Amino acid sequence: MTVIELQRASKSEQGQGGAGDVPQIRSKNLNLFYGDFQALHDISLDVPKNQVTALIGPSGCGKSTFLRTLNRMNDLISGVSITGEVLIGGQNIYDKTVDVVELRKKIGMVFQKPNPFPMSIYDNIAYGPRAHGLKKKSRIMEIVERSLRQAALWDEVKDRLHSSAMGLSGGQQQRLCIARVLAVEPEIVLMDEPTSALDPLATLKVEELVTELKKMYTIVIVTHNMQQAARISDRTAFFLNGKIVEADETAKIFTNPKHKQTNDYISGRFG
Amino acid sequence: MNRILEEKIVKIFLFAAAFTAVFSVLLIGIFVFMEGLPIFFKYGLTDILFGSVWNPTNQVYGIWPMIVGTIYVTFVAVLIGAPMGIGVAIYLVEIANERISKTIIPAVELLAGIPSVVYGLFGMFAVRGVIASLSRGPLGDVLPSNYQSGYSILAAAIILAIMILPTIINISIDALRAVPREYKEGSLALGTSHWQSIYKLLLPAAKSGIITAVILGVGRALGETMAVIMVIGNTPAVPALDWTGLFAPARSMTANIALEMGYAGPEHQQALFATGIVLFVFIIVLNSITQLLVRRRREGGAK
Amino acid sequence: MSKVNRNQNIAFAFFSALGILTVCILLLIIAYIFVQGITKISFDFLFSNPRKMGAEGGIFPAIVGTIYLVLTTMIIAAPIGVGAAIYLNEYTSRGRITDMIRFATEALAGIPSIVFGLFGFAFFVILLKPITGGWSILSASLTGVTMVLPTIVRTAEEALKAVPDSLREGSLALGTTKWQTIKGLILPAAMPGIITGIILSIGRVIGETAAFLLTLGGSLLIPQSLFDGSRTLSLHLYMVAMETGAMDVAFGTASVLIILILLINFAASWFFRRLIKRFS
Repeated sequence: MTVIELQRASKSEQGQGGAGDVPQIRSKNLNLFYGDFQALHDISLDVPKNQVTALIGPSGCGKSTFLRTLNRMNDLISGVSITGEVLIGGQNIYDKTVDVVELRKKIGMVFQKPNPFPMSIYDNIAYGPRAHGLKKKSRIMEIVERSLRQAALWDEVKDRLHSSAMGLSGGQQQRLCIARVLAVEPEIVLMDEPTSALDPLATLKVEELVTELKKMYTIVIVTHNMQQAARISDRTAFFLNGKIVEADETAKIFTNPKHKQTNDYISGRFG
Repeated sequence: MNRILEEKIVKIFLFAAAFTAVFSVLLIGIFVFMEGLPIFFKYGLTDILFGSVWNPTNQVYGIWPMIVGTIYVTFVAVLIGAPMGIGVAIYLVEIANERISKTIIPAVELLAGIPSVVYGLFGMFAVRGVIASLSRGPLGDVLPSNYQSGYSILAAAIILAIMILPTIINISIDALRAVPREYKEGSLALGTSHWQSIYKLLLPAAKSGIITAVILGVGRALGETMAVIMVIGNTPAVPALDWTGLFAPARSMTANIALEMGYAGPEHQQALFATGIVLFVFIIVLNSITQLLVRRRREGGAK
Repeated sequence: MSKVNRNQNIAFAFFSALGILTVCILLLIIAYIFVQGITKISFDFLFSNPRKMGAEGGIFPAIVGTIYLVLTTMIIAAPIGVGAAIYLNEYTSRGRITDMIRFATEALAGIPSIVFGLFGFAFFVILLKPITGGWSILSASLTGVTMVLPTIVRTAEEALKAVPDSLREGSLALGTTKWQTIKGLILPAAMPGIITGIILSIGRVIGETAAFLLTLGGSLLIPQSLFDGSRTLSLHLYMVAMETGAMDVAFGTASVLIILILLINFAASWFFRRLIKRFS
């Protein structure tokens, strides 16, 4: 078994003083089972703050499953059990005292297929803040505008905020979903193959957005597209058969991987 | 934390709501049996079940005429309604084009929605009228005079046959649609005609579903009250068991309860609840058969 | 070959005839009732009180009784039925308890209405008389609740199942609670389907007679409260046809009932189409 602890990137270490010692997310010896089937083996990975970390690997390798352990979305599936730890801000999120709902406010998630709610654009964005108790209309409007601007969607939809979100194009829908996540003001944004259902142009827009967003958020993105990982991520972890083969700075992974399996994968020999 | 408390309260309420159905079934069973069982002990099971005289004023509570009446009318209704319903289902699934289906299916829905008293009123005049002219006219010499009013098992059965059509059609349609398309394509590819593949392949494959449809139709016919009361004549006598019985006025178990509950004394009431028990048992037996068939179909499908 | 073709043609002609016959029966029934009853319908018929035990005059008390009974039944049955569907679809996975609940729901759907009537009579009318007032709108409504529950639960469950899981995930990932997700997102999305079920149940209450014959009393007075006896249009039709023998009133009432049922069916299919449109 090859488990490589991530060496923290020197730039983030220096940039954040004392807090920089602790990575934003650290998983330690994480195992996940669907009933008897073990889907994740001993995953240990550090995700530094304000960077984009890409999870790559062939389909079925466990990268999405791992992503979903970070905001405990796997809790929704019956028969899933987990051992090991996921520390976020130093706190083990699988600790009994952790409130899953609070956790998910801090950790937003964008899904593979855009999943706008069947309501207006405005209501989609306002949904999260309202659920968290915000009632004041002017404040909600502020959040809607800010989130849509951050998601680079404002100019396209500002004249039709109250029309149905289902009428947007696929790429717009996905950026709406990103805006919806940002409206809750998370610290971390998880993205599960966010561009796999989009055309190349829409993909490009989302990629630009991701690069922009990392200034404010820590981003973990699952992608099956290696070029995408190379373009937008600072660090990359390569998954195979439920294990991490290698995790390092993206530049190193793509130019000088330590492991033959990684090399085979990025040079397109399987997956 | 009040958010977590809210979740808990909501969950308890929802569970209570879901459990209402279980609670209701239990209450219904308990009350009907509690009220109806004593009379069986008082007069003996066989005297109640098989006694052929129903005369509450003299404390004679034989419900055999109602049992026979119910079975007779249900049998005839299903004999008419089942082939017709299955035929319509075959037509809609296999033969009719979409435009025709789209006019027939809402008609079937509407048939299901018409109140039973409206069927009863229609039956009282239209159906009974036709039957009366038949039994007074061409059959006038053969039928006993009390069989000539038109209020009869046949009239009730015709109305019931119409009323159970929607049930049989809808469930047969589901059963036919559940047959994998490949079966039919495979059969057609062998050069059989469309009709041959329907009756040699599709119908046998959908058999258990169609039987379920018929049984549910039987259940509806057994349980129908108002439409039957209005056309069957309500005479608490065992009808002739040959074909002339079709023209006999009779009384169903449901009619027995509905007609007499309004003025029944305590013991008489018990006898009516006892009628309810018998009806209930009929339905339970039918439901168990359906459950069995559904289960077998599921297992068969899994093979 | 030609024999095979001929058999097929005969069979298909026969089945087509059955299909057409079904529509004809429906049209015949509606036409028969309307021809004899629709001219009876007038402002006076709808809004005046009956005279001579319903043999003359209008059907106003029966209309009021129907409205009362439908409203009371639905106010009680809709939250319970929808709540049950939410519980079954959102809060539990398949297990012994859900199997039991589903079995009971199926069983309720199969019980003849006269048996509901017997139960309502013994339980609500007699045993709970101090609370329900004996034969009353309340007794009949509570009986009606047990009758329409299966329809509401089933249609609401179907509507909830039609809401894609991706919406649930999207909402939960925003840090909302399960109940917030259901209340704010899933229920509104499933609403057209739920309303379809409620409308169908209203049709059932309007059409039901046997159970209410034993629980509603049959008073011809306009009910003043839930604890008064009353009669519905269906019950009124039965009573004037069988007891009073006023056939013109019976046909007039039947025409009103058919119009109501037509409206209800149109409304239900309209909402159903909206549900389908929302997710396609």
